[in-house]
Amino acid sequence: MEFVGQLQRQFVQFSHSLFDEGFLDDQFQQLQKLQDESNPDFVLEVVSLFFEDSEKLLNNLSIALQQQIVDFKQVDSYVHQFKGSSSSIGAQRVKNVCVHLRSFCEEQNLERCVMCFQQVKHEYYVVKNKLETLFRLERQIVEAGGTVPFIL
Amino acid sequence: MEQEFLHVLAVDDSFVDRKVIERLLKVSSCKVTTVESAGRALQFLGLDEEKSPVEFDELKVNLIITDYSMPEMTGYDLLKRIKGSKKLREIPVVIMSSEDIQPQVNRCLEEGAEEYLVKPVKLSDVLRLRDFILKEKAPPYPQREHTSGKRKSRDESPASDSTSSDHLRPLRKRRKMAHH
Repeated sequence: MEFVGQLQRQFVQFSHSLFDEGFLDDQFQQLQKLQDESNPDFVLEVVSLFFEDSEKLLNNLSIALQQQIVDFKQVDSYVHQFKGSSSSIGAQRVKNVCVHLRSFCEEQNLERCVMCFQQVKHEYYVVKNKLETLFRLERQIVEAGGTVPFIL
Repeated sequence: MEQEFLHVLAVDDSFVDRKVIERLLKVSSCKVTTVESAGRALQFLGLDEEKSPVEFDELKVNLIITDYSMPEMTGYDLLKRIKGSKKLREIPVVIMSSEDIQPQVNRCLEEGAEEYLVKPVKLSDVLRLRDFILKEKAPPYPQREHTSGKRKSRDESPASDSTSSDHLRPLRKRRKMAHH
C-alpha cells in the first residue's frame, strides 16, 4: 500500500530528525524498547504523564518567579523535578536548559532565571509538539493498516 | 504462596519515574509495588507505628529501590530507617538519583546501600540488580572477589541472625557514566 509506505517513510525521517537535532536522546529509545504487544502504549502513557506533570511544574515555576520575594530554593526544587522528568523521557534539550536554569537559581540571578525560564518553556513546547506529531504519525500508520517501523 | 519472582518495592515521588521503574521491573519479571514517598514505603513495610503492620512474611520484599531526593523524607533517610530495623535490614536497598555527586554516593554506600544508580535507570541496570539479588537468595556461594568498590567496615556487631554472608560481601559501587 503506497499510502502506508509514505507514512512509514515520513515517520522514519521524522524520528531520525528528532534524534539528530538533539530533541530526543537515547533514553527515549530505551523507553521504546520497553514497549511490546502486552504494553503497546507504554511510551505514549509515559509521555502523557510527562505532559501532565510538566504543565503543573511550569505553572508553579511561573508563579514562583513572579513573587515579590522569589524563593530560589523553591524554584530550584521545581526545576530539579522538571529536569528529572524530562531526562526520564529523553527530552534532551529541555533537560539541558533546566541545567542552565538551576545554575542561575544558585546565583540567585532573577533576571537570568526569568530569561532562562522562557527558554525552558520554549523547548518544552517544541518537543511536546514534535512528540505529538510522532504519535499522530504512528496512529495514522496503524489506522492505515501498517506497522510502525523500528527506529534504531 | 509460591515465591517465584522477586518482589520489588519502588519508591519515587515522580509520576513519570514511577511509571518507568515499574515497567523496567516488570519487563525484568519482577513483581512490583510502587509508592510515592518514603513515608508510604515505611507504612508498606510495616515500620509505621500508626498502622498495624501487615504480616510481614506475606509482603516479602526482596529489594527496595528508592529515589534519593524526595520531599519530607529522602531516600537516604529511608535507607537509614531500613538498615536500622532488625526486621528489615537484610533487604537490599538501591538508591537512584539524577545527581552524580561523589560524597552523596559514598554516604549512601556507607549506610548500606547496595548500589547507587544514576538516573535515568536503564534496563541493563535492573537486570543486573535482579540477577544479583537472585544469587543472594540462593544457598551461600564460596566467596568471590568483586573488582569494583570497597566496602567500608561498619562497626555494627554481627548481631543479626542472618545466615547469609551479607556482612562479608564487598559492596559493589556501580555508577553509570555521565551522559554527554
